[in-house]
Amino acid sequence: MRTPLRAALALLLVVATACGGGSGGGSTIAPPLDPPVTQPDPPVVDAGPVAMRRLTESQYRATVADVLGEDVIVAGRFEPDNRVSGLLAVGASNVSVTPAGFEQYDAIARAVAAQALDPAHRAALVPCQPSGATDDACASAFIGGVGRRLLRRPLADDELPPWLAVARDAGAELVDFHAGLEVALAALMLSPEFLFRVEASEYDPARGGDRLTSLAMASRLSFFLWNTTPDEELLAAGERGELTGDAGLAAQADRLLDSPRLEATVREFFADIYGFDAIEQGLVRKDPALFPAFSQDMIHDAEEQTLRVVAEHLLTEDGDYRELFTTRQSFMTRTLGLVYRVPVRSADGWEPFSFPADSGRAGVLTHVSLLALHSHPGRSSPTLRGKFVREVILCQDVPPPPGNIDFSMFADDAAQNRSTARGRLEAHVASPACAGCHNLMDPLGLALERMDGIGVERDTENGQQIDPSGQLDGEAYDDAPGLGVTLAKHPQLSPCLVDSLFKYAVGRDPVEGERAFRGYLQERFAASGYKLRELLRLIVLSDAFRTTSGPRAASGSASAAPQQTTAVTVQPGDLS
Amino acid sequence: MKRALSRRTLLRGMAGGAAIAIGLPLLDVFLNEHGTALADGGALPVRFGTWFWGCGINPERWQPTKEGPGYDLPVELAALDGLTEHVSVLSGFGVTLDGRANIPHWTGVMSTLTGSVPAREFDVDVPTLDTIVARQIGAATRFRSLEMSATGIPGQSYSREATSIVNSSTVSPLELYTRIFGPGFADPNDASFEPDPRTLLRKSALSAVMADATRLERQLGSHDKQRLDQYLTSLRQLEQQIQVSLTPPDLDACTKPAAPGGEDVGSDLERAIATHDLMSELLVAALLCDQTRVFNMLFSWGTSELRKQGTDTAHHQLTHDEMVDPQLGYQPRATEFALASMAAWASFVRRLASTPEGAGTLLDSCLVLGHSESSFAKSHSVVGLPVMLAGHAGGRVRAGVHVAGNGEPVTRIGLTVQQAMGLTVESWGTRGMEATRPVSEVLA
Repeated sequence: MRTPLRAALALLLVVATACGGGSGGGSTIAPPLDPPVTQPDPPVVDAGPVAMRRLTESQYRATVADVLGEDVIVAGRFEPDNRVSGLLAVGASNVSVTPAGFEQYDAIARAVAAQALDPAHRAALVPCQPSGATDDACASAFIGGVGRRLLRRPLADDELPPWLAVARDAGAELVDFHAGLEVALAALMLSPEFLFRVEASEYDPARGGDRLTSLAMASRLSFFLWNTTPDEELLAAGERGELTGDAGLAAQADRLLDSPRLEATVREFFADIYGFDAIEQGLVRKDPALFPAFSQDMIHDAEEQTLRVVAEHLLTEDGDYRELFTTRQSFMTRTLGLVYRVPVRSADGWEPFSFPADSGRAGVLTHVSLLALHSHPGRSSPTLRGKFVREVILCQDVPPPPGNIDFSMFADDAAQNRSTARGRLEAHVASPACAGCHNLMDPLGLALERMDGIGVERDTENGQQIDPSGQLDGEAYDDAPGLGVTLAKHPQLSPCLVDSLFKYAVGRDPVEGERAFRGYLQERFAASGYKLRELLRLIVLSDAFRTTSGPRAASGSASAAPQQTTAVTVQPGDLS
Repeated sequence: MKRALSRRTLLRGMAGGAAIAIGLPLLDVFLNEHGTALADGGALPVRFGTWFWGCGINPERWQPTKEGPGYDLPVELAALDGLTEHVSVLSGFGVTLDGRANIPHWTGVMSTLTGSVPAREFDVDVPTLDTIVARQIGAATRFRSLEMSATGIPGQSYSREATSIVNSSTVSPLELYTRIFGPGFADPNDASFEPDPRTLLRKSALSAVMADATRLERQLGSHDKQRLDQYLTSLRQLEQQIQVSLTPPDLDACTKPAAPGGEDVGSDLERAIATHDLMSELLVAALLCDQTRVFNMLFSWGTSELRKQGTDTAHHQLTHDEMVDPQLGYQPRATEFALASMAAWASFVRRLASTPEGAGTLLDSCLVLGHSESSFAKSHSVVGLPVMLAGHAGGRVRAGVHVAGNGEPVTRIGLTVQQAMGLTVESWGTRGMEATRPVSEVLA
């Protein structure tokens, strides 16, 4: 058997040396996680802690659609989700709600509640005819039913009266039963148990440790596999206590895994690791004078193109994850056709498309979405693109640039004939303080230089031919498709996906007691032919997913990662 | 009539700042019956704000040579011409690293705002100065503080009250308008004002939410308890907003402004200036209507992404890429952004100074900390950070002087701000940054 992990380890040592080689940097590359140890059978897991997880914007929207109606509009700007350890899904276990964010939740909830109880929708949600402006029995049926879905658990007997009082007072004051329910529903949607998923745990005598409760498992399963609140069947199984048992869990897991709704999670996960929230928030902006083909419509189509390729390849075709970096299968709209410079027959909508073998494009790294995202407003950036491959695709940390850099050596690009990015970046390599880390990032990005700041093809920059050849950790390639082939063979590629998906599932970084399990996951993922559905199944049925060390303790650290601004943050030393 | 309640609300707000409002001898702003003050003899509120721009200045072209009043205006301060009586320049204050790394574009701003040199990138030793002040003077207003960013990037805000909690910036003038003057705003000029019965109902509904949260708290671990605490703070602020919105503001200078259009936002200089100007106008109206007493305006982020249309290199990038012109002695393209930032700052101060309120102007009651995260950005220098204090803080500060800090820690300025805002604090900052003496030259 091959030993990809040993190879990965060896590579990381090489990488560490390279990056630490600078005289001023002082930093070393470390793998973001301790290298896993492989085991043949499911290893014993000593799982990490649980914490409340704030609903992401897409989870909030999906929940409203599922519980209150597909056509209820959720209008308004959400407080940005926070990326921690590379994932919004991990940030969700750390964030709270700021005053401004709470205002937004309030405004959104009121607008949602008004729609949910308008004459067009109320019949589907209110299971009774009120006897007047106040009717406790009928209000109780509504709040008990909708509340159970929103809070993802049945309301206890003593929880109902305060909400009933709200509905009663409001119904009486406004002389309108449904307006009373509306006030109660809007408030219910501000409850911390709605805005946050509380992952409750309990002692499991059979294991001698804590596990997630059956109800908490219903939410964990549903949000992990469908990116939304549990449906009736899953919630009922959770209430009956079936989800702490192997058979009950497997039955529900298989049902969810076999559903087309699994696509929601695959999209959400890849949008998360790829940083597409920047596109969603309109933060990817380009200079219109330099990039007339760029528009917000175009970049949204570009995001959709990539997510379609991911979902089609990994789910519909049950394909090999590694082939995402080599596949020429794609989808196209007319708007995108302008950037890819290909004719698109459909005036409106999507059509399948294959990049020709000589197109210079293959794999998601050559998609406009990622190319534009990892560029500056006015130009491409081999450094940002290379950093993305190292950090997101291979899960390697690239240290920040040293603090006091002498930039004068880069000052005179024109005089030194540095008309291509390669020429400009060579200046970094000449400087020992910069070379270590830039050598990690730049060659990967330079392979993509034949696609400009929004991903339009070009052969030259400032009149000079662009040379896209290079090497990745000792493997040479000629161009962008070649980089994809090299990446697909990289020993860190699939372990990185496994670790990212695991973090996404549990909403935190792995702990030491999960190291062996991660090795096991990697082996099984490889043995499955790198099939994502199998990886998801392995995770949800594992003890790592079902058990916990208990509620997370406060760290006491004042560290606070700022909101991620991938598309617009400029790193010092990125002179490309 | 409802107005009496409004006064009470405002006076309750002043109670938080009572130590200063009443304890100080003579305030510039005297109150009379006629539109220049609140009823019941209460003073006009005192306000505090920060105004930040990224990537500093060229120290030798910015720093005045003459100290004290009547200071000179070198070329990069020339935009303040005509405003110097309202603005004090605090040059030469900086960061004492004490062995810690100078984290580019982070150490400078965090040292100024938290009093501590951050140990790691993105560390924030909470709370930031604006939230400290907001606890003192911002408790009674509809918004504890307002955060705005001119370059259209919502994640950018330095304001943190607690760990992991960013008071995120509003980036669109229309959103800012809607937040302040939308349905939750009680218009004082609307003669037919009647509180929406739903508003009161919402307030009592929040009690049910509060009960829910309190029950939940008992089940949580310490990590989640901290997060729920922040949630509860936010919940109480919404209650406060609802309470305040039950009665129109009682300030005669208050007028509901017209709604801005849905202009595009972005980081090119022209758009950033337009966004900044629109937001400043809304902020002025919000202050006059006492919707908030604390604000944070970001003209650009520490790694300033300001850019000229049609050019491929942003401000921050230029500070590193561009060669210092040997003839001129500075980086011409990067310096254009420093000049534009100073012009925007001057326009902001001028706007406050030309807005009448009471017997004087809005600037009379304000204290605005104008600052950047580096002095000379090319080398990420945090020595001699450019800092300015605009406004008179209701007579509590002495404006219009240049004070040379001679390498003293920038925390002395934060301490000064806190004392001017009525906090009884005698030292501020940690390790080598601990300051025990305010900049007495600017305290009245």
